[in-house]
Amino acid sequence: MIAFVLQRLLQSIAVLFAVGLIAFSMFRFAGDPVNQIVGVDTPYAERVAIRKDLGLDDPVAVQFLRYAGNVVRGEFGTSYQFRQPVSALLAERMPATLELALCATLFALTVGILMGVYCALRRDTWLAKIFLAISLVGISLPTFLIGILLIFLFSVTLGWLPSFGRGDTVRLGWWTTGFLTGSGLRALILPSVTLGLFQMTLIMRLVRAEMLEVLRTDYIRFARARGLTTRSIHLGHALKNTLVPVITIAGLQLGSVIAFSIITETVFQWPGMGLLFVQAVQNVDIPIMAAYLLLVAAIFVVINLVVDVLYTIVDPRLRLSTGRA
Amino acid sequence: MSASLPDAPRASQTPAGRSTLARFLDSDVYASFRRSKLAMGAFAVTLVFVVLAVAAPWISPQNPYDPAQLELMNSNLPPLWYADGVAPFTLGTDDQGRDVLSAVFYGLRLSLVVGLLGVLVSGTLGILLGLVAGYFGGFVDTLIMRVADVQLTFPAILIALVVDGVAKAALGSQMDTNAAIGLIVLSIGLSFWVQYARTVRSSVLVEKNKDYVQAGRLIGLSSPVIMVRHVLPNVLGPVFVIATINLALAIITEATLSFLGTGLPDSMPSLGTLIRTGNRFLFSGEWWIVAFPGLALAGLVLAINLLGDWLRDALNPKLQ
Repeated sequence: MIAFVLQRLLQSIAVLFAVGLIAFSMFRFAGDPVNQIVGVDTPYAERVAIRKDLGLDDPVAVQFLRYAGNVVRGEFGTSYQFRQPVSALLAERMPATLELALCATLFALTVGILMGVYCALRRDTWLAKIFLAISLVGISLPTFLIGILLIFLFSVTLGWLPSFGRGDTVRLGWWTTGFLTGSGLRALILPSVTLGLFQMTLIMRLVRAEMLEVLRTDYIRFARARGLTTRSIHLGHALKNTLVPVITIAGLQLGSVIAFSIITETVFQWPGMGLLFVQAVQNVDIPIMAAYLLLVAAIFVVINLVVDVLYTIVDPRLRLSTGRA
Repeated sequence: MSASLPDAPRASQTPAGRSTLARFLDSDVYASFRRSKLAMGAFAVTLVFVVLAVAAPWISPQNPYDPAQLELMNSNLPPLWYADGVAPFTLGTDDQGRDVLSAVFYGLRLSLVVGLLGVLVSGTLGILLGLVAGYFGGFVDTLIMRVADVQLTFPAILIALVVDGVAKAALGSQMDTNAAIGLIVLSIGLSFWVQYARTVRSSVLVEKNKDYVQAGRLIGLSSPVIMVRHVLPNVLGPVFVIATINLALAIITEATLSFLGTGLPDSMPSLGTLIRTGNRFLFSGEWWIVAFPGLALAGLVLAINLLGDWLRDALNPKLQ
C-alpha cells in the first residue's frame, strides 16, 4: 500500500518536472521578452540592463534551476504585461475561477443525476428522449457557442441575467466571493451552466447506463420480492450503487472544468485565471502562461493521485493485485 | 502481398476479382448504414456542407477575402426577409460590408480544410508512434507512452492554445495567413495524436505475435516494411472511428482557437473568427452576423459526430 502510494507520488513528481521543463523552455522559444517590456525607442544600453536584470544572459541550466527553485517557493516571476508578480495575479483571479468551477460541478452533478435517473426509469417517455437529444447537442456543440446562445437568450432577448463579469463581490480576507450578493449570484448562473453543460451530459449518460445495468441485477429483484416500495428500491438501492463511478468521473473531470473555464471565462469576460491565461497567450506573456500550465498540471496530478489512493482504500481487490505485482 | 501469406487475416476478406466498390456495397458496414436513418441523415448533411465548402468560390455572391469587393456602404445590412435587406446579401452583411452567406461558405471551407489536415497530421503522427512503440517495445515504447501520459494530463484545447501561442510568439506577429493555417494544423496535430498512438500500440501488441509477422521476418522483410505493409492494414479499423470523431473535435478546436483570438486572422475568417467578430454585435441587434456562422458550425459538428457514433457502433463486433 505504502509502496503503491510512493510509486504514484514519484510518477506525479516526474510529470510535474516534465511540465516544468516545458514551461521553462517556452521562455526560450518565445522570442525576446525584453521586446515585450520596452518600447521601440528604448536605448540599447537600457535593453542590456533589463536583460541582465531578468537573468537572460546566464547559461540555460542555471536559468532552469533558478526557475525551478522559484516555482517551488511559489514565485512565478513578473508578468511582462502587468509588471506585477504572477503569483499575486493568479491569487487575485483564483477565487473567481474556483467559485465558477464549483458551481458548474454542482450544476452538472445535480441536474445530470436527476436527468440520468429519469431517463433510466422512464426510458420510453418523450421527455427522456428529449433529454437524450439535449445531451447529444451538449456533447457536440462547442462551449463558446453554447455561451453565446445563452447570452443571446437570457441577456439580450429576455434581459434576465447579466452577460459579463462577476457582479458585486465581497472580500473575505484575500478571497473575493460572489456568493454573498444578489448580483454576484445572478452573474454566476449563465457561466456555470455553460461550463457545466458538457459534464452534465457526461454524468447524465453515465447515470442512465449504470442505472439500467443495476436495475437488472439480482439484489434489485430480491428487493422487489421483499416488497419494498419502488421509490426506496430506485433511490435507496439502485441509485446508491450507481454513484461510485459517477463521483469518480466528476472528481476526475474537476481538472477539465478548471481548464475549460478558459473558454467560458472569455465568453463571459469572467475575471478568473482562464481569462488571464487567454490574455497572456494573446500578448505573449510567458510567465503567466508557464505559471498557469504548472498550476493546471499540479491540480490534475493531485486529483489523479487522490482518486488512485482512494480507490485502493475503497476496493481491496486493487490492493491485492498491486501487492502481488 | 499480405494476401498471399497463409495466415494473413485479410486473406479471407479479399476474394480475388471483385472491385472495392462491390465489396463495400456487400459489407456489414454498408448494410448497417442503410438501416440507420440517423446515419444516412447525418451523412447527407455532412455531404451538403462539404459540397458547399468545395463550391464556395463559384456559388458565393462575393469573395469575402478580397477587400476590394467589400463596400462600407453595405455594412450591417439585415437578411433579405427584413424590409431593409438588400438584394445580393441573402443573410445580411457584417460591419465591413462582408456578405454573411459568402463568409459562411468560405468559413466552412477553411474549417473543413483545417480539420481534415489536423486529423491527417495527428493521425499520421499517432499511428507512426503507436506502430513504433508497439512493434519495438522496450525503451522506445516506455518513452513514447510516458510522453503520451504527460500530455493526457492536459485537455487538448489547452495544448493547442499553448503551441499556437508560443509558435506565434517565436515567429513574430507579422505572419501571413498560410503560416497561420499551417500553425493551427500543427497545434491540432500535436494535441490529438495520443489516442491514435495508444489504440494502434495496443492492436500492434496483439498482431505482432501472429504467424504472418513471423513469416515476414522469416523471409527477411525489414521492420519498416512489416510494420507499414502488413501490420498497419490490420490495425486501421479503430483508427477510422477515432479519425471521424476527431474530425469534429479538430473543427471545434480550430473554431475555439479562432474564437479566442489566437487562431486564424480577421482578414481570412474561419467560422470561429466570424463568430468572434459577430459576437460584438449581439447587443446592438445585428444577430445575423454571429447566428449563421454559429448554425453552420453547430450543424457540421453535430452531423460529423453522429456519423462517428454510428461508425463506432457499426465497426464494434460486440454490438452486432
